[in-house]
Amino acid sequence: MDFKGSDTIPGPRSEDHLPHTAEAAVKIVIVGGFGVGKTTMVGSVSEIRPLTTEETMTQAGIGVDDNFGSDTKTATTVAMDFGRISITDQLVLYLFGTPGQERFWFLWNGLFEGALGAVVLIDTRRLEVSFDVIGRLEERGVPFVVAVNSFPDAPRYPIAELRTALDLPEEIPIIECDARRRASSKDVLMTLMRFLHALALAKAPA
Amino acid sequence: MTPPQRRRRFPKQEPPPPPQPAKEGVEKAPERLYVVAGPDGERADIDLVTLIVARADPPASATPEQSATLRLCAAPLSVAELSAYLNLPFSVVTVLLTDMLTAELVQARAPIVRQALPDRSLLEAVMHGLQRL
Ligand SMILES: Nc1nc2c(ncn2[C@@H]2O[C@H](COP(=O)(O)OP(=O)(O)OP(=O)(O)O)[C@@H](O)[C@H]2O)c(=O)[nH]1
Ligand SMILES: [Mg+2]
Repeated sequence: MDFKGSDTIPGPRSEDHLPHTAEAAVKIVIVGGFGVGKTTMVGSVSEIRPLTTEETMTQAGIGVDDNFGSDTKTATTVAMDFGRISITDQLVLYLFGTPGQERFWFLWNGLFEGALGAVVLIDTRRLEVSFDVIGRLEERGVPFVVAVNSFPDAPRYPIAELRTALDLPEEIPIIECDARRRASSKDVLMTLMRFLHALALAKAPA
Repeated sequence: MTPPQRRRRFPKQEPPPPPQPAKEGVEKAPERLYVVAGPDGERADIDLVTLIVARADPPASATPEQSATLRLCAAPLSVAELSAYLNLPFSVVTVLLTDMLTAELVQARAPIVRQALPDRSLLEAVMHGLQRL
């Protein structure tokens, strides 16, 4: 913690202020392994420069399978980047780029429970990193879509092959994206929203 | 080349939880460093996207954190943004806000959370908003 006092903290720029009519917010979680492009995706669609919220965890919380080194005395800071999209004068959408390891998720109360849904970002060079994430979302009943971030040197698999590898049912969308491009990231979010809408329709037919 | 294959885990195949130091009051690893309780040991039900708005000018007794919060929340601001600008962990901000809500220095506008039956018009509003991007 390094609280610097009231006068030295830079706040939001005036153009980043939400209108006074803003009364509610929803969130979407973008989850994936290390370096898969979470921050890039948040940044490409956010109306504000991505911000970071941090939480600190004692060493007891760091699993034995980590790569934080063997110094068991230190606390670990886990950072989560997020961005914002104003939907209407009343409604705001927040996007959180969340580390893939479930042991970090509890740090932010209700991060997944309260989210509309999630985007699982995957890198085909390290597909197995996403297995655990997908399993956890399934267990928690968090609806999600899969976005394949197309790194140039990554192996390309047909979507059907990826679906089989990820053991996902036909109805869960899997799409390719380039997280650096706003239009592509927007497509991913729209795919998630259409999927959520279809789920809602199926639960309560019009 | 074929991709690696995911195997579904079933609850029965869960690995046993890692051994824990025998310590009182510790429910489970991992541990958050700042689990600080508010007044009466309560934590207000504050979400990352709860919008906070200042309701008053800082009282003479305000701490620097409280004054900064009131200044930052002149316009509605999410708890996540507050945490980022204050450079304080979410859990610490939660405690700070619990106090300030009790003292009626700030107002909280609750987040909309996923329900068993999602509100279709809400989803449609989000879709329309995204389309305009
Ligand atoms: N070619 C390509 N590069 C990308 C894409 N998305 C991200 N990158 C690059 O990949 C690197 C990692 O991206 P980040 O957005 O920082 O990934 P992250 O998931 O936030 O990483 P951590 O927070 O460190 O886990 C950066 O250098 C990006 O420029 C993409 O779609 N295509
Ligand atoms: Mg990142």
